[in-house]
Amino acid sequence: MYQYDQHDQAMVDARVAEFRGQVARRLSGELTEDQFKPLRLKNGLYLQLHAYMLRVAVPYGTLNSAQMRVLGDIADKYDRGYGHFTTRQNIQYNWIKLADAPDILADLAKVQLHAIQTSGNCIRNTTADHFAGAAADEVADPRPYAELLRQWSTFHPEFDYLPRKFKVAIIASETDRAAMRLHDIGIQIVKNEAGEIGCKFFAGGGMGRTPMIAPCIAEFVPALQMISFLEAALRVYNRHGRRDNKYKARIKILVHEIGVAEYSRQVQEEFAHILTLGLEPPPAELDRIKAMFADPGLETGLSDDLDRSDPDFALWVDQNVHAHKQPGYAIVTISLKPTGGIPGDATADQIRLMADLARDHSLDELRVSHAQNIVLPHVKKADLYRVWQALDAAGLATPNLDLITDIIACPGLDYCALANARSIPLAQKITERFADVGRQRELGELKLKISGCINACGHHHAGHIGILGVDRKGVENYQLLLGGAESADTSLGTITGPGFSEDGVVDAIEKVTDVYLARREGAERFLDTYRRIGMVPFKEAIYG
Amino acid sequence: MSAKIKIITGNDLRTGDVIWWTGEGWSRHVDNAVAVDHDADAIIARENARQVVTDTHVIDAFAADGTVRPAHIKDRIRALGPTVRLDLSLKPADPQAGNWVI
Amino acid sequence: MVETVLRYRTDEPVADPAVTVDAFAAQGNATAVRIEPGDDALALLPYLDRLALIEVNFPSFADGRGYSAARSLRERGYTGELRAVGDVLLDQLSHMRRCGFDSFAPDKPISAEAAEAAFATWPEVYQQTVDGRRPIWAARHGTKDA
Repeated sequence: MYQYDQHDQAMVDARVAEFRGQVARRLSGELTEDQFKPLRLKNGLYLQLHAYMLRVAVPYGTLNSAQMRVLGDIADKYDRGYGHFTTRQNIQYNWIKLADAPDILADLAKVQLHAIQTSGNCIRNTTADHFAGAAADEVADPRPYAELLRQWSTFHPEFDYLPRKFKVAIIASETDRAAMRLHDIGIQIVKNEAGEIGCKFFAGGGMGRTPMIAPCIAEFVPALQMISFLEAALRVYNRHGRRDNKYKARIKILVHEIGVAEYSRQVQEEFAHILTLGLEPPPAELDRIKAMFADPGLETGLSDDLDRSDPDFALWVDQNVHAHKQPGYAIVTISLKPTGGIPGDATADQIRLMADLARDHSLDELRVSHAQNIVLPHVKKADLYRVWQALDAAGLATPNLDLITDIIACPGLDYCALANARSIPLAQKITERFADVGRQRELGELKLKISGCINACGHHHAGHIGILGVDRKGVENYQLLLGGAESADTSLGTITGPGFSEDGVVDAIEKVTDVYLARREGAERFLDTYRRIGMVPFKEAIYG
Repeated sequence: MSAKIKIITGNDLRTGDVIWWTGEGWSRHVDNAVAVDHDADAIIARENARQVVTDTHVIDAFAADGTVRPAHIKDRIRALGPTVRLDLSLKPADPQAGNWVI
Repeated sequence: MVETVLRYRTDEPVADPAVTVDAFAAQGNATAVRIEPGDDALALLPYLDRLALIEVNFPSFADGRGYSAARSLRERGYTGELRAVGDVLLDQLSHMRRCGFDSFAPDKPISAEAAEAAFATWPEVYQQTVDGRRPIWAARHGTKDA
């Protein structure tokens, strides 16, 4: 894992000092709320429905156990004993006091964490494949590139007041576990025919009210020109992105309006100019970062044997454990989606327990997945049973990964000032309706995603089944979408028709799953059946 | 009979707490909110200048029998707390409190 | 009220008023120009030799086009005065300086002391820009100063 040196530490420490001064100026009245708001947002501090909310960055979703423990401690010390893991691999605290915020940033800085650029119209925290460094199918670990990108984007002086927020995701395998093409810029680390590592760039993806899948803008940019290319791509956007309407200000609208060919041409022109400036970090810098990710300490020659005699354990292994690139190891996903629970929430004690398990059984590493779960990436198969027992005792062993109850949900109107409808109570009802694990497994892979407003933080466009909460004359109403996906075969869901009440949408989902079970052929997933038979049979069942 | 009124809400600048204008100061309980009229802008300007409250704005509500019910569900949830964590709401002892927001 | 300009150059200030890009192109002898957020800064490139002052207007602090305009001009050889004018806030000075601005005329005056403190916000920087500061990667690997 990456470790700060004195330079990195000096930067986050400077940020804490800067924000401490800004908060003092706000409290004294020197700064008005209008002036202070963009400053606090660049430190992840929102004013939400009930209180201030602090969003802490988890760079490319990777944490060590000391960092995770501090995340738990902050929940106890400054909040109300819990935190919420988000679809951007971050964590949010819901009950923060303004005067405490600088102290929290100081506590975070001690373990090399921060809240820099977790909001505002700037380059946000870069997200990455949560199996990075452990997945068998990656051409390289994407995280060294993500770290290079983190440093470049941190306090970038030119791109602090972009037309709108800017999100970058990075992956290094054909299986896209990071919804890469639904980002402002997506980077896929690839190998060319000569065996050289480079970046395939996508631009102009996103969800929100105008969902778009990012087209490719460059097939292969040498890895040692990645930063220069990003400078070019961002500069063209900063110059020409729309600023007359915040709903048309994302890069996806620019790429759509001028066309991908014209956008690419402008980027290439600027790229050629930027390459003459020599502002790319040298190969030695990438090598320095790579060395810190190279070997987490995996042992060789371990056995792949597993005692599956406990049926509950075996079920969990089948559902929540993935193959690791190293024999004798496995990737464990801890579901934060218990039946009737709040998707992505974890108590301080649960957070600290996961930290302990990472320290003792996962080479000190954890990941946050964009599906709001926690990953222990390097667990010896011999330790799996012990890990499972500890998780089970803490309510963290729900065997539902990628099943219908592994729901992504935004905080919705229970917490969010932008929401139009509540998301969490609906998620709770769905998990209760489909609580039977056998039934869930019969339905197989089924990604259900709920957003409480058009901003789509709950990724409803990309759900096999998606739900969008809307406000219909002051009453919560839910639209149902089918057929979205966010993997290598990214697609956007289609609205079934008129919306539903909270209970009505749960009934409609059940009818949708009934159609699937009746019509599926062979080993088809829900998504496959939908793509084969189309919307009509589902619509007839729901509205007929 | 309930009367349609306008009330002022905001957040405590330091704690972030949702607060309501009572005519003399600020309360965390919406039932303490008082109706305002053409004086709203002046109250907001004066209170903002004191650096104790932020995001101050006027909303619609209904008053009846000493209770105040914001007109929009978002403000009712602000007045109660998260319906999925009633233990953290202003009515932790009432398991049915969530129904009030609907 | 006297206009307060924070200036970090040693040459004599330009006395001419800055004119619009259109007026500048029409006048053969103007030495100062003001660009607005939507203007193409690169259209000034043919005139760099006679330009002594480019004002970049920020009608709103949130419109960041001026940062790219400034840096682009510096990258392409402009060495005259580059002044940020308009809704320029204290907390923005450090980044503006990094993008090549060397004078500031904020609508709401900023004291020289406060500006100095703002420039000192970041003890180090990650990016190489046009201000001559050595990025952290250069310090790490002994690359010589930019």
